[in-house]
Amino acid sequence: MEKRELTCIGCPMGCTLEVRIEEDGGIEVAGNTCGRGDSYARKEILSPARIVTTTVRIDGAAEKVLSVKTQKEIPKDKIFACSAALKKVQVKAPVYAGDVLVENIADTGVDIIATKTVLE
Amino acid sequence: MRACDIVIIGGGPAGLAAAVSARKQGIEDILILERDRELGGILNQCIHNGFGLHTFQEELTGPEYAARFIRQVDELHIEYKLNTMVMDISPEREVTAMNREDGIFTVKANSVVLAMGCRERPRGALNIPGYRPAGIYSAGTAQRLVNIEGCLPGREVVILGSGDIGLIMARRMTLEGAKVKVVSELMPYSGGLKRNIVQCLQDYDIPLKLSCTVVDIRGKERVEGVVLAQVDEKGKPVPGTEKEYRCDTLLLSVGLIPENELSREMGAAIHEVTCGPKVDESLETSVEGVFACGNVLHVHDLVDFVSEEAAAAGRHAAEYIHRLKRTKERPARGKTVPIEAGSGVRYTVPCSVCPARVEDKLIIRFRVDQVYTDCYVSVYFDDERILQKRRLAAAPGEMEEVRLTRKQLREAPGLGRITIKIEER
Amino acid sequence: MYDVAIIGGGVTGAATARELSRYQLKVCVLEKEEDVCCGTSKANSGIIHAGYDARPGTLMARLNVRGNEMMEKLAEELDVPWKKNGSLVLCLSEEGFSKLQELYDQGAANGVRGLKILDRDEVLRMEPNASDRVYAALYAPSAGIVCPFQLNIALAENAYVNGVEFRFCTEVFTVKKDSEGFLLKTSKGDVRTRCVVNAAGVYADRFHNMVSEDKIHITARRGEYFLLDKSAGQHVERTIFTLPGAYGKGVLVAPTIHGNLLIGPNAEDIGDKEGTCTTGEGLSEVLTKAGRSVKNLPVRQVITSFAGLRPHEDGHEFIIGEVRDAEGFIDCAGIESPGLASCPAVGEMAAGILREKLKPEEKKQFTAKRRGILNPSMLSMDERNQLIRKQPAYGNIVCRCEMVTEGEVLDAIRRPLGARSLDGVKRRTRAGMGRCQSGFCSPKVMEILSRELKIPAAMVTKAGKGSELIVGINKDML
Repeated sequence: MEKRELTCIGCPMGCTLEVRIEEDGGIEVAGNTCGRGDSYARKEILSPARIVTTTVRIDGAAEKVLSVKTQKEIPKDKIFACSAALKKVQVKAPVYAGDVLVENIADTGVDIIATKTVLE
Repeated sequence: MRACDIVIIGGGPAGLAAAVSARKQGIEDILILERDRELGGILNQCIHNGFGLHTFQEELTGPEYAARFIRQVDELHIEYKLNTMVMDISPEREVTAMNREDGIFTVKANSVVLAMGCRERPRGALNIPGYRPAGIYSAGTAQRLVNIEGCLPGREVVILGSGDIGLIMARRMTLEGAKVKVVSELMPYSGGLKRNIVQCLQDYDIPLKLSCTVVDIRGKERVEGVVLAQVDEKGKPVPGTEKEYRCDTLLLSVGLIPENELSREMGAAIHEVTCGPKVDESLETSVEGVFACGNVLHVHDLVDFVSEEAAAAGRHAAEYIHRLKRTKERPARGKTVPIEAGSGVRYTVPCSVCPARVEDKLIIRFRVDQVYTDCYVSVYFDDERILQKRRLAAAPGEMEEVRLTRKQLREAPGLGRITIKIEER
Repeated sequence: MYDVAIIGGGVTGAATARELSRYQLKVCVLEKEEDVCCGTSKANSGIIHAGYDARPGTLMARLNVRGNEMMEKLAEELDVPWKKNGSLVLCLSEEGFSKLQELYDQGAANGVRGLKILDRDEVLRMEPNASDRVYAALYAPSAGIVCPFQLNIALAENAYVNGVEFRFCTEVFTVKKDSEGFLLKTSKGDVRTRCVVNAAGVYADRFHNMVSEDKIHITARRGEYFLLDKSAGQHVERTIFTLPGAYGKGVLVAPTIHGNLLIGPNAEDIGDKEGTCTTGEGLSEVLTKAGRSVKNLPVRQVITSFAGLRPHEDGHEFIIGEVRDAEGFIDCAGIESPGLASCPAVGEMAAGILREKLKPEEKKQFTAKRRGILNPSMLSMDERNQLIRKQPAYGNIVCRCEMVTEGEVLDAIRRPLGARSLDGVKRRTRAGMGRCQSGFCSPKVMEILSRELKIPAAMVTKAGKGSELIVGINKDML
């Protein structure tokens, strides 16, 4: 059995959640005030995932970088792989918000999209 | 001199929402004056997500959120001028501004909406001792450098202040390849959202030191290190607790100040606590026909609330114009009732209300003075409690609100004052 | 081979250089930093003292009064803003009154004009925010305030235009006397010169002692300051002192020429000649002491704090003159307060000594006038619009706190001895000196510097090599 401590992000209370993970994969959550805490903890333990927002270089525009994000959440442990993979990416203006710039970033199955329109 | 129904000072989230809302109320003649090279204000450099959950029921990045409003401004053909700095607003609402193309020009406005936003408190406001080398940035300046200019202000970073900008920048610097060594917070609690503490610090194993501040900055040319120390209940550093962190950069996220130099010079009464103009239920300042919204009025936690408030300001400015055109004279204010910040409440916006002018509801926004767990937010009409709302948690970092209905206000004819209080359970 | 090499581009070195530029001499200024006005001259009270503080008969007394008298014409020639705002020395008790009287007599003996002793009511009428404890005060209408940066920079620019060479990032390591004059070993190679002016501030003892057996000793005496927002600039109109103590004139409260409020300095002797850091103790000492002379100090309006080092010579006197055992080596040492007020007279005196010695001819084409950076806010609306039409950069505000335009920043960079760094731009234009302390304008000024100096952004500095502002580009180390 493994014990983990998490902070619930559901509301300003920020309940400290004590999570027990049983050998058989069962999960028990304590310390939460409401149901949001329980579901948050389960998700954080089983498949923590985040949207990553960052920048890539852009050519042919007044701006030097373009803001981008992962279209969906990616596994938390892939965040740095995602950021590193974007190091080599350089796009050319014009780019429109929502344009897919990189497909399947760092083998997550998730695309990188522009979050801003940048014209030439 | 050019005349205009509504001049909006600032094309950030507040100015954009005010403009859109005023146009939707039928005001044709609107001009937005924006000092930056594009509309959107500070949202352009807030490339992280988390915006728009209230307004659009989806999670957007700053530029995406701004784009939704910019699109409306374009579709509604609202005129704006970029790279334009407003130099002065007279009490008669003559707005003097300047840019490269037009030079200095003056617009005579029937109504003005102040939406200039806020600025960051600098190091000097904290009296942090030490040298003054390169490598000390306010978090927002660093955010601009990284997210707009694409350059890194440092590789090894200490952050003072755990407000949301500080937390967000801890993650941004980390993702761009810098090492954030610690975030230090003077207060015994963080001023930031829980979600940001988890996703910006804990996700990257960045320690958060509470009740801790910078007591020395080392390095004459470039920052070489900062010394942190624990503070006592009064915020004074405790000798013997100093610890040096080697770093080349110190980011400061130590508070925001509404930018009200124009408002002040115009003669608008400024609230001592918010540092924003004093406004009534219509978000009208003490200068007639001049409205305020967004971070110039009081510092908000979420942009969604800025948009909501600014839409109200735009609406009220539009009403003002309609009334002015109908009656050909400036409307007199009715009887107003002060709204007071009682125990546990730092301030309220608005700070007065004219019950006769309230639309269907009155939103009173405020901040609490410390962290509360399980308390009541109470509203008193004079000495009578008319509303009590239980809150499981309240913190100074998060804006609170209560809503009063027009009915409640109309049914209290002899009302002398409204007080908002925090009451322990 | 130079006729004169001046060590130090502070206000003393620059004033001397400008005086020397009236003559047909080959003169250079050797400055270890990348700009003038980087040591004592950049961190002081900006006060043109009246001249009642120094003992009668001293150089300090004479040059202060003379410098004060010269300021009017100098400021006009060099287009430097200054103002005779007057000063008050407050005496907070009846017991102190005799000391106030002494100060009055001393001032009269030094030739200070217009001195007057005011009673409590007169003081409070003049300065309603003066301490309620005030008993009497010495009023000196001839005291003034000046922008210390602009004065220093203007003197240097004018000297440069008149032929003085400025060698920056040139640190002098050793000075050696030989038969032809002096050999200076510097970080940028050897410099040969017939004469040396030692205007090295806190380091003046080091150079003096390299050539003379009569040793002098200079202590870095640190003073810490607070600068308050312009919204607090009206708190006092005159410069408010309290009766002086052992360590100098004490903590003052004064408006600055640009409308801010300045509080400071304390005085602490330190071993480190580079110790320009502020300290927690020092800053609180300043506030405590300032609170004794002025009430209701709006301390919430503080926008920055800083520290400067005064070069305090053991005898507390200016040492100006040719060194007895090193002919051609002219000291300008121990120039602590009232050094700024005295600088025109110090320059005049040092140059006078060299004139006697070298007997140079006057330069016919000497230009005494210098045009400062154009301040568009001084123009009428029409003039300003004409300017913007011709040069649109004047329509673009870079620093919104101080309302500095791109035109002014460009002027600061392009003019003689132009700015090379963020601080250089700041001292010349005030961009970054306002309430947000460069939060908004620093990325813009960095971009302009990079463009104008044709250097990559990563080479733009705050104040010269080693103070680079950015360290790389996004993800470069990933």
